[in-house]
Amino acid sequence: MTNWMLVAVLLGVMAVAYHLGLTRSRVMARAGNARRAAMHSRPGYYGALVALWCGLPAFLVFAVWNIAEPSLIRNAVVTMLSSEAGTMTSQQVGIAMQRIESIASGFGVAGDVTPVEAAAAAEMARLQAIGFYTKIALVMAIVLGGLVFAYRRIKPDFRARNHVEQIVRIAMFLASGVAILTTVGIVLSMVSETLRFFSFVSPLDFFFGTVWDPRFSTTGAAGGGYGILPLLSGTLLVSVVAMTVAVPVGLMTAIFLAEYATPRFRSIAKPVIEVLAGIPTIVYGVFALIVVGPFFSSVGAAIGLEIRATSALTAGFVMGIMLIPFISSLSDDIITQVPRSLRDASMGLGATRSETIRRVVLPAALPGVVGAVLLAASRAIGETMIVVLAAGNSPVLQGNPFEAVSTVTVTIVNQLTGDQDFASPQSLVAFALGLTLFVITLGLNVVALYIVRKYREQYD
Amino acid sequence: MTTPNSKNAERLARVAASLKKRHAAEKRFRFFGVLASLLALSFVAIFFVSILSRGLPAFWQATFNLDVYFDPAIIEVEPRPVPNPGESPADFQQRDYAWQSQVGMVNWNRILENSLIALRPDLEDERRTLRSLFTSGERFALRDRFIENPDLLGQTVRLKLLADANVDVWIRGNIDRDLPDAQQQLSPRVRELADAFFATDALQMNFSTALLVNPDSRSSPASAGLGGAFMGSVYMILVVLFLSVPLAVAAAIYLEEFAPRNAITDLIEVNINNLAAVPSIVFGLLGAAVFINYLKMPLSAPLVGGLVLSLMTLPTVIIATRAALKAVPPSIRQAALGLGASKVQTVFHHVLPLAIPGVLTGAIIGVAQALGETAPLLLIGMSAFVSTIPGGPLEQSAALPVQIYLWQGNELRNFFEGRTAAAIIVLLALMLSMNALAIWLRKRFETRW
Repeated sequence: MTNWMLVAVLLGVMAVAYHLGLTRSRVMARAGNARRAAMHSRPGYYGALVALWCGLPAFLVFAVWNIAEPSLIRNAVVTMLSSEAGTMTSQQVGIAMQRIESIASGFGVAGDVTPVEAAAAAEMARLQAIGFYTKIALVMAIVLGGLVFAYRRIKPDFRARNHVEQIVRIAMFLASGVAILTTVGIVLSMVSETLRFFSFVSPLDFFFGTVWDPRFSTTGAAGGGYGILPLLSGTLLVSVVAMTVAVPVGLMTAIFLAEYATPRFRSIAKPVIEVLAGIPTIVYGVFALIVVGPFFSSVGAAIGLEIRATSALTAGFVMGIMLIPFISSLSDDIITQVPRSLRDASMGLGATRSETIRRVVLPAALPGVVGAVLLAASRAIGETMIVVLAAGNSPVLQGNPFEAVSTVTVTIVNQLTGDQDFASPQSLVAFALGLTLFVITLGLNVVALYIVRKYREQYD
Repeated sequence: MTTPNSKNAERLARVAASLKKRHAAEKRFRFFGVLASLLALSFVAIFFVSILSRGLPAFWQATFNLDVYFDPAIIEVEPRPVPNPGESPADFQQRDYAWQSQVGMVNWNRILENSLIALRPDLEDERRTLRSLFTSGERFALRDRFIENPDLLGQTVRLKLLADANVDVWIRGNIDRDLPDAQQQLSPRVRELADAFFATDALQMNFSTALLVNPDSRSSPASAGLGGAFMGSVYMILVVLFLSVPLAVAAAIYLEEFAPRNAITDLIEVNINNLAAVPSIVFGLLGAAVFINYLKMPLSAPLVGGLVLSLMTLPTVIIATRAALKAVPPSIRQAALGLGASKVQTVFHHVLPLAIPGVLTGAIIGVAQALGETAPLLLIGMSAFVSTIPGGPLEQSAALPVQIYLWQGNELRNFFEGRTAAAIIVLLALMLSMNALAIWLRKRFETRW
C-alpha cells in the first residue's frame, strides 16, 4: 500500500520537476538577447530531461530495494528466532514466520501470542520501519539530487533534446534486445536441463532407443526406456497425414482463387477460409475428438477396416484442415506475384489456362510454394493440442496411420504436467525432447526462409 | 510448293485432334480447383455447424422454479456478529468465520426438499430422492445467499435452482431412455419424478448464467462455469497488453527507423523471424525452467502465464508493427526532416501517428493469439483444477482454452460434451470479435497513399 503511495509521490515529483525545467528554460529564453538564438531546445525537452533525471535513478533504486528488502528482514528475524527458540525444521520456520508477519502487520493472530513470537514480531516491525524510512530517505535524496543536478545544467547552449532523444533510443534498443534474451533463455535453459538429463540417460539410448517407457518418477532411478524413435515416428506419421490433406487442397484452392475465381467469389471465399487459421488448436482438438474421430471409425467399420477414433489419421486430418489456410494464403501471395507478362506470353502461344499454370506459373512460383510447405510442415511438427487430444497417446514404433500414436509434443506435455520434480529424468526428458523439437523446427524454418528470400530476388 | 501447305494442314489436323484432349484436361484441372475450394469452405461449414449444434443447447439447463422458504425452524443461528470496540481484526474475523461455519451446518438440503414437498405433499417420505434432483452446489448457493443477506430468515423467495447434471441429461434425451436400469445414470424413481416435475412448470429448460459466471466445480457439475477461467484469461491478456505490446512497438520502431545496418541488428532480425515460428510448447518449457523452477514463481498463476504468452506474442506484434511503419511513405519522413525535425521527432510526431491503425491491428492479433493458446499454459501448472474465481494475477487460476481442455476430459461425457462446446463458442466469440475489431480498425483508419 505504502509502496503505491511512494510511486504516486514519485510520479507527482516528476510532474513538478518537468514543470520546473519548463519554466526555467522559458525564463532563460526570455532573458536571452535577440542576437543569439535563445535556447538550444524547446522548453518541453528541458522539462522532460529534469523529470527523467529526477525519476529514473529513483525508480531503479526503489525497485532494487523492494526486491531485496523482504528477504533481508526475513533472514534477520529467522536468525533471531532460531537463536531463541532452538533449531526448527524449514516447515516450522515457515509457519512461525507467517504468524510473526501477521502479528507485526498489526492484523493479529487467533490464539495466544508467545513471548518469543512477540519479540520476533517487534523486531520485524522495527526492521520494517527502519527499512521503510531509509527507503523513503534514500529515494527522496536521489530525487532531489537528480533534480538539482539537472536543473542547474539548464543553460542556453545545453542540448537537452539530444540527451532526451538518446535516452529514448537506448530504451528502444533495450526493448529490441528482449527478443534476443528470449532466444538465449530458451537455448540456455533447454541445453542445461538436457545436459542434466544426459547424466541419467546416455544420449545414444535417447536418440537411437526404440522403446519409450519412462516409468514413474517416484522410483527415483532412471529405469525404463527413453528412446525418442517411437515419438519421432509418431510425429512423422501425423505430419505426413496432415501434409497430404493440406498441400493438395491448399495449393489447388490458391490456384483456383488466384487464376479462375471471379473477384466476387474470391473476396468472399478467401476471408472465410482464413477463419480456419484463427481458430485455437485446442478447439481443433475437441473437434477431432467428438466429430472427426467417431466419423472415421464408423466409416472404417462400414468398409471393414479397423480405424480407431483417436489415431494418427484423425489427428493428422484435422491438423491438415488447420494448415489449409496457411498454405493457401502463402501460395496465393506467391502465385499473384508471378508477373503477368509470363502468363500473357504463354497464352499468346496458344496454351490453355491449365497448361499455363502447370508449365509456367507453378515452376516460376515453385521455390515460394516449397517454402510455404516447409513452414507448414514445421508447424505440423510443433503442433501440440490436436495430437494431445486426438492421437491416442500410444508411444509404439509402428507405421499404421489407423492406430493410436504418440508424438514428441504430447510426451513433453505428459512428462511435465502434474507434479513437477525437476530433478528426475522423467521430467528432465521433456527438455531433451523440447530441444530436439526446437532444432528440427528451427532447421525447417531457416531452410524455408532461405528459399523464399532467394526466390523473391528474381522479379524485383 | 505444295509441301509446306500440306505440312501445315497436317500440323493443324494434329492440333485439332489434340484440342479435345487438352480441353478435357483444362476442364479436369478447373474441376479440381473448384473441388478444393469447396472442400475448404465445407470444412469451415462443418466445423461451425457441429460446434454450434452441440454447444448452443448447453446454455439452457434443466432448472427448478420454486418458492423457497427460509424456515427459522431449520435455520437456527445467532445474528451475524459485529466488530466489538477494541477487538483485533483477527479476533473479529475468527468470530465471523465461526458464525459462517454455523450457517454452513444448517441443513440446507431440508430447505430444498421442503420447497418441492410444498408442491407435492405426497412425497414427504422420499426426501433422499428429492434431494438428488438438485445439483449439490445449490445448497451452498442458498447458504451464500443467506450469509450475504441474513434478513432472508422467515421469508419466502422465488428462486431458480439448477437440477442435477444427470437429470439434465435425462430430460434432454442425451442418454438412451430405453437402456436397462443397470446402465442408466439415475434410479427409476428419480427419472419418474424428473419427468413428473418437467410436465409441470416446476422444472423447465431455462437459460442459465451458471455457465458464464460460476467457477469450475467437480462435485456439482451442473453449476460448473467459465467464470474463473474467464478472469484468468483477462489477467493474462492484461499482462500481455501492458508488457508485450509496448516492448514490441518500441522494438519495431527501433529496428525499422533507427537501427544501423550491422551484425547486431541483423542478428536481432533473424532472431525475431525465427522466434515467430518456434512451436508454442517450447515457450512453455522456457516458462517451466526459468519462471517456475529458477525464479520460483507460483504455479498456475495468470501472471506467469501472461509472461510466457508475452514472450510468445512479441515477434507477432513486432512483425505487424514493422509492416505498418514500412507502409508510411518516405516522403512524410523527408518532409519532416527537411523542415528541421530530428529523427526522433520525425518518428514520434509524424510516422507513428500515421501507422497507429496498423500497430493496433497487430496488437489485437497478438492478443487474440495469446487468448487461444493452450500448450504452454499446461507446462506452467495451469491445468490444475481451480474452484474459485481468481481475485488477482498471483492467485491460482485456469484460462479459457485450458478449461476447454479440462472439460473435454471429464468423465461425465454426455453432460460435459455440450458444456465443452459451449465454452468453445464463448472462446470463439471473443476471438472472432477481436479479429472483427482489428479488421474494422484497419478499414476505418486505413490511409491510401
